[in-house]
Amino acid sequence: MKILVAVKRVVDYAVKVRVRPDRTGVETANVKMSMNPFCEIAVEEALRLREAGAAAEVVAATVGPAQSAETLRTALANGADRAIHVLHDPDPARPLLPLTVAKILRAVALQEKPGLVILGKQAIDDDCNQTGQMLAGLLQWPQGTFASKVILDTEKQKATVEREVDGGIETICLDLPAVITTDLRLNQPRYATLPNIMKAKSKVIKKVVPKDLGVDIRSDMEVIEVNEPPKRKAGVILSSVDELIDRLKNEARVL
Amino acid sequence: MAAMLVGALRRGSGCRGGLRLIAHSLRRFVSTLVVAEHEGGFVKPSSLSALAAAEAIAKDNKVSVLLGGSGPALHKAADHAACSHPLVSEVLVADSEALAHPLAEPWAELLRSVQQKGGYSHVIASSTSFGKNLLPRAAALLDVSPVTDVTAVKEPHVFVRPIYAGNALCTVKYTGEGPCMMSIRSTSFSPATEAMSETKVAPITQVDLSFLSEGKSTWVNLTSQDTERPDLANAPVVVTGGRGLKSAENFKLLEQLAEKLGAAVGATRAAVDAGYVPNDLQVGQTGKIVAPDLYMAFGVSGAIQHLAGMRDSKVIVAVNKDADAPIFQVADYGLVADLFEVLDELLKKIPEKK
Repeated sequence: MKILVAVKRVVDYAVKVRVRPDRTGVETANVKMSMNPFCEIAVEEALRLREAGAAAEVVAATVGPAQSAETLRTALANGADRAIHVLHDPDPARPLLPLTVAKILRAVALQEKPGLVILGKQAIDDDCNQTGQMLAGLLQWPQGTFASKVILDTEKQKATVEREVDGGIETICLDLPAVITTDLRLNQPRYATLPNIMKAKSKVIKKVVPKDLGVDIRSDMEVIEVNEPPKRKAGVILSSVDELIDRLKNEARVL
Repeated sequence: MAAMLVGALRRGSGCRGGLRLIAHSLRRFVSTLVVAEHEGGFVKPSSLSALAAAEAIAKDNKVSVLLGGSGPALHKAADHAACSHPLVSEVLVADSEALAHPLAEPWAELLRSVQQKGGYSHVIASSTSFGKNLLPRAAALLDVSPVTDVTAVKEPHVFVRPIYAGNALCTVKYTGEGPCMMSIRSTSFSPATEAMSETKVAPITQVDLSFLSEGKSTWVNLTSQDTERPDLANAPVVVTGGRGLKSAENFKLLEQLAEKLGAAVGATRAAVDAGYVPNDLQVGQTGKIVAPDLYMAFGVSGAIQHLAGMRDSKVIVAVNKDADAPIFQVADYGLVADLFEVLDELLKKIPEKK
């Protein structure tokens, strides 16, 4: 079986984002970019499944500008076998929407015929949490979102997924092929070793454009403006619990 | 208007051009389908917030509420939905064992079918794990782009949503031809508290479910935490512990404080990863988004990802030994102190909740 993993290049999670003065978006020039943390977990899970003998090949895919190849190199260095880069230069006013990404991934999936597609639960830049679900819908495959545990039964062609839901942990069983999105608890991603980073340089990254995949880039969403969130009034540092209780009772009136 | 609508629907049936006609004629007419969740025979508070969001879209919105599941609890919830908001004009009940559990596959088919029949201008779900699981799949089946986690409605098709863990707010305009599908952040829309007029009860309709196909997924079980604490997403007071608590045993001090305050217990990722508490208590970009009246953070450093989940709380109290902890930048009241001493003192001095 083959596993397809979708990865995304985003502003590094530790970066404090700054909104552009013209309010068209956030500052991304000269800002550290990394693989989306949830995608790292997706890559890690695919690799572990391969190491457990449940998969023969791991293919990483991304949609984005030329720099996104760097993100694919990271996936290859961690152990992915090969990669597919769908080239798309972003337009801030017309964001590349998850629906379009899902259509691109569907085209890739129909070409590659994976038994499993793994994506991160959400990208930490747009915080959409849509792409995996949309991909599953377009493919008419079952979905296991927010996964915290995945058990593959390649003989029965089923995946048992434990997922993080509001009330606790829900267990579902999916017929393969299926789409899974990863939550934080699924695993701890490995770091790429230097020898593997060097080996990754010779692994193949196939470049395609959306048009070749028969996908029309359409955007039904227009970004009107991006603002900073309202600033909170500065607080005070108190000196005792008694003072805290007094403030909560008499000033804030929440006790 | 209603007669014209019925006429448009009748002319349109069975004809592709007619579908377009319907879409155009409905453009000027705001109608909304709210996908509601229910539990124990009542509509969940998060879905009541979705009704408030529907009102924010248009004061004269015509709202249909969709409920799915099976058994007596479903029908009791339908009765509740029928009188839950003045704008509710119809309750649609999908009674099927296939919908008894929140599997996205049958639910998305249901949503597509109801939308294709009802031609709603908007479809709203709450940003719960159910809503986030279902809505994008249904949107893909309808070939439209949904808007995630809406926090404000400026115009019927202009919305504000947080990006970058809430560190930026993005105002987007939906320009598509299809229905505008959105999940709303429950904490941003307060359910109406005014008493419902007793005479205003919406009709309840059963949904024809003959379209449901054989499932490719099966529900196995749900492992939930037995807790007497209020639901984290809706609690007026939340007390949260971070790595500073150091053990699951110490978290019980927090639970005692929560008991006194009538509060829910939350946690940071570090506390969940360390195994002190289960993951459904996590507050943050990845966990629950809360906006209580009072949020108390003990041993929480205040990482960006955690702030994403609680920055909109009305009053924030932080207790941390590190005066430079980022949490103090958003705290209204801060105590630089040993959290165990503070907890002990609070437990002694705060009177029992009535």
